[in-house]
Amino acid sequence: MLRSDPIKVKEILKHYKYEQSSLIHILQDIQVEYRYLPKETMLFVARELKIPLSRIYSVANFYNAFSLKPKGKHLISVCLGTACHVRGGKRIAEEVERTLNVKSGETTPDLEFTLETVNCLGACALGPVVVVDGHYYGQMTSLKMKKLLSSSKGGRGNGKNEKDNKS
Amino acid sequence: MKKITNPENLEILRNSLIKQENPSMTCISVCLGTGCQASGSKDIIESLKQEIEKQKLSEKIKIKSTGCHGFCERGPIVVIRPRGIFYQKVKPEDIAEIINRTILKGEIIDSLLYVEPSTGKKVIYEHEVPFYKKQNRIIFGSNGSIDPTNIEDYIRIEGYSALSRTILKMSPEEIIEEVKRSGLRGRGGGGFPTGVKWESCRNAHGEPKYILCNADEGDPGAFMDRSLLEGNPHSILEGMIIGAYAIGSNEGYIYVRMEYPLAVERLKIAIAQAEEYGLLGKNILGLGFDFTIKINRGAGAFVCGEETALILSIEGKRGDPRQRPPYPAQKGLFGKPTNINNVETWANVPLIINRGAEWYSKIGTAESKGTKIFSLVGKINNTGLIEVPMGMTLREIIYDIGGGIPGGKKFKAVQTGGPSGGCIPEEFIDLPVDYDELTKVGSMMGSGGMIVMDENTCMVDIAKYFLTFLADESCGKCVPCREGVFRMLEIVTDITEGKGKEEDIPLLEELSKTIVDTSLCALGGTAPNPVISTIKYFRSEYEAHIKEKRCPAGVCKALICYEILADKCTGCGACLKVCPQEAISGEKKKVHTITQEKCIKCGICMDTCRFEAIEVK
Repeated sequence: MLRSDPIKVKEILKHYKYEQSSLIHILQDIQVEYRYLPKETMLFVARELKIPLSRIYSVANFYNAFSLKPKGKHLISVCLGTACHVRGGKRIAEEVERTLNVKSGETTPDLEFTLETVNCLGACALGPVVVVDGHYYGQMTSLKMKKLLSSSKGGRGNGKNEKDNKS
Repeated sequence: MKKITNPENLEILRNSLIKQENPSMTCISVCLGTGCQASGSKDIIESLKQEIEKQKLSEKIKIKSTGCHGFCERGPIVVIRPRGIFYQKVKPEDIAEIINRTILKGEIIDSLLYVEPSTGKKVIYEHEVPFYKKQNRIIFGSNGSIDPTNIEDYIRIEGYSALSRTILKMSPEEIIEEVKRSGLRGRGGGGFPTGVKWESCRNAHGEPKYILCNADEGDPGAFMDRSLLEGNPHSILEGMIIGAYAIGSNEGYIYVRMEYPLAVERLKIAIAQAEEYGLLGKNILGLGFDFTIKINRGAGAFVCGEETALILSIEGKRGDPRQRPPYPAQKGLFGKPTNINNVETWANVPLIINRGAEWYSKIGTAESKGTKIFSLVGKINNTGLIEVPMGMTLREIIYDIGGGIPGGKKFKAVQTGGPSGGCIPEEFIDLPVDYDELTKVGSMMGSGGMIVMDENTCMVDIAKYFLTFLADESCGKCVPCREGVFRMLEIVTDITEGKGKEEDIPLLEELSKTIVDTSLCALGGTAPNPVISTIKYFRSEYEAHIKEKRCPAGVCKALICYEILADKCTGCGACLKVCPQEAISGEKKKVHTITQEKCIKCGICMDTCRFEAIEVK
């Protein structure tokens, strides 16, 4: 697990000029850096920005982008927008849940994979869509998902499988 | 590039750009919208560059990476201009052939042409593709011909001329009057008259005033704003600057949802270029008007599409909607007068100024003017983004542009308006689509998602889908939405699991009414719509689930089972190998069977079977 580094966090705060109204931007950058919002970092941010920790907690809790628990190295986002839903997106999510033995929003115990279901990625024409580490895979089926997962796991996954993408 | 310091210099630059452009030079434009990128269009550009380099043709051929062309289903899309040859589903290995045959010899490559599904006819030119033919792409059309990362491409096609004309020749009041006369209504869903909104912010007391662009396109199944942001960002910036001048604001924000990283990237480039050219920032075009634009990335909350929630989110707070009035026009961002419009609304503004309110108001219906971009998705042959005049019928959209339902299946409904909208059944297929007609049948325009459903879509499941979405996205501030939507979800879930009771339907109707009447914001106020409309038009499906414990569409897991058809099964064993439950048995080359007690209905066997031997019952 990554340890939070006060120098890095200070840089982020400085970039946003310690403005309280930039709280969401600041948390977004910290989330990118550590893949979650570590508790000691939130205490630090609260002190530096002079805002109560409770407000930071309420913001962190409200937005889906923030996680209070560490996320996996690889992020699998299964789209459950309406267009993907009517084309069977839910079955894809269930396939991932079964194979990795996690529920949506959870991370595998080895911190390798996090599964998320999202409400529309805006690539509806390709539905059902799955995004693994920023790489889009369109027209997915449970079978393609199974293959994609085994190739990601096998190669200690960069999550990419060019072949599947073009089928 | 030196700053443009007066409107004449903008015209001089434009003229020189037009002169530089050789209309007979071959230009290969490749779509780099999110859809085509996902299908591999970046590799196409790479291969093109290599091949052109290899054959030393860089003097003769120009490559242009453009924004979304709309026909995402057929990506990656490559258009060869000036002839307008339309190649679809292009792969990197096709590039050498395109260069050698099409570019050098003028031949058409048959295998890359679009084939019309209904007639089997091959289409060569972009403008002849039926998907585009019936559209009127006044807002979206430039996407396919300009490079969104190059401001000069936009300037060449009249870009920023509306801005220079307004500041130079029109008073703020005249601009507002022009927008009012055009009849433009908000494209984000509500359909409030844009000019009236601007006027009320202009007349509000308090300084400074703020201009916001709502790019938090949250409706699942809608992605037109994304394509505009990615494909033609300057049209949105130009609209915002004109609005700012008319309202009297010097500061603007664009709030983009976090799922759109490419849109943020393209906007950043566009803003930097506009500043460099003196079209944004201090003393725009030397005319003494200042305006800056900042980008705010959303953090994943659907409710932040609601204007009061969006404002709080820009302030760095939780996006809990608040009671209106006061409206943002009076008390908005940081407590000051604020005007919010949606992406597509802003993109309409330069066009209205350039062509005039009169021209604009001739397009569309009596109360809904102009065009609307829809995302035509779901169970439809030609998936993608379309722009049509208001008032086109659903039938024309679904059959003439969309090419009908795939696999010869029967059309069941079209869902519009996102989670706040409803499902429109076949009996209204000839409905002209505009703000008011959609509302009359219990749906709404929303941001323009149009999700087509066929006989295999379960309407109770769709109601459950939207309730799940809304229960998850409810901010929890007011009780009717927080508790009511959750209870509705429980009841509908019971119905889909075969545990429904006859009194559930009237109970759902009663709950719906209460939630509509008493919720704080539009999210709650419209949350029951998907349930109300599905009960109204598809009551028999609810009844089949409740009384007969049957899902007629074959979707609800608890009420279906998978079976192997003895006459089609070849005993190849493919399904047996993939079944995660080892629920399938049978000897090689003999008919297999599914042990229902073990089956978890994951459907992977059906995906695997090449003989269509597995059926849902």
